[in-house]
Amino acid sequence: MSAIGIDDIEGLLGVEQYEEEGEFPVEQGYVWTTCSSVENGNPLFWDEEVAEAITGGPIAPPTMVSVWFRPHHWAPGRTTQGLPLQVHFDLKEGLGLPEAVMSDNTIVFHDPVRPGDRLSTRQILRSVSDEKTTKLGTGRFWVIDVEYRNQRGDLVAVESYTGFGYRRAEAAGTEEDNS
Amino acid sequence: MTTAPSTPTAVTPARLLHGSVAVGDALPELAYPVTATTVVLGALAARDWRPMHHDKDFAVHRNGTRDIFLNTPNQAAWFERFVTDWTGPYGRLQRMTFRMLGSIFPGDLMVFRGVVTETGVDDTGCGCVAVDISVSVDDDPKTNCKARVALPVTEDDNPWSRSGDRWKP
Repeated sequence: MSAIGIDDIEGLLGVEQYEEEGEFPVEQGYVWTTCSSVENGNPLFWDEEVAEAITGGPIAPPTMVSVWFRPHHWAPGRTTQGLPLQVHFDLKEGLGLPEAVMSDNTIVFHDPVRPGDRLSTRQILRSVSDEKTTKLGTGRFWVIDVEYRNQRGDLVAVESYTGFGYRRAEAAGTEEDNS
Repeated sequence: MTTAPSTPTAVTPARLLHGSVAVGDALPELAYPVTATTVVLGALAARDWRPMHHDKDFAVHRNGTRDIFLNTPNQAAWFERFVTDWTGPYGRLQRMTFRMLGSIFPGDLMVFRGVVTETGVDDTGCGCVAVDISVSVDDDPKTNCKARVALPVTEDDNPWSRSGDRWKP
């Protein structure tokens, strides 16, 4: 079926993988772009005096923590498209599951993230389920933790993703049925 | 019910105190008409370049959805805004859990609602409130979110001053 079987995947449970630094420092411009996209007027992100008084200087919205790790769409000299949450894509490929969705996502917020910070992550596979069939198709659920730390090694967030990788149930030619 | 466009007037930092919140309290509702711009702007803000968040042809023919749809990280930003609109800037998020139930498309009126499910003070003295929130379209929940947020317990308290052993999110 595929080169990597479920037994190999199980050997990765709890193992820290893909430690990497973000391609760019946390930046104020993206903070404003994000706040603007959701019309977030929290003065922590717009008013330096408020930020100084409450958070000891500017911070980024806590929910932006994963934003700092999405690779540029293109970068000079790069030959392959970088993929965030590489463990997720390893599982899709390794288990022969071409489609995937994320069902659950938990973020726990630790120290604030500030403009200028250089964050790093590591990915840890926590679980892979037996095969299950949902309305999307047949596949497996998995949970991946992503730990985020700043340049001093302080933990800033832990994100847990639940993904479902699957094969679409369209082999019988029913793909037109749902319109 | 519908939210007016954001006003550019200065915001006075409100301080929602822990003691003023009770289980069963509702958060102020937020309704927002989603357009293709909302979806694309949110995807770019989150650096999510995947085509189902900007290319309708791809979304329809590859994903089998009726249009492009809001991406998950941008929904997190919406939920954060919804919570901190209520708490003011002293509110400090501790954790959020999202469950995606359905997609949100251009043309949808998405409505955020929330209710307080728990209040307490942890063993470090930090006041915390748990809220169940959701974003719905036509009363059909699209994403549910359980969040916990720290609130000041007194006028002098500031959850953002906590770190190390004094911050247990």
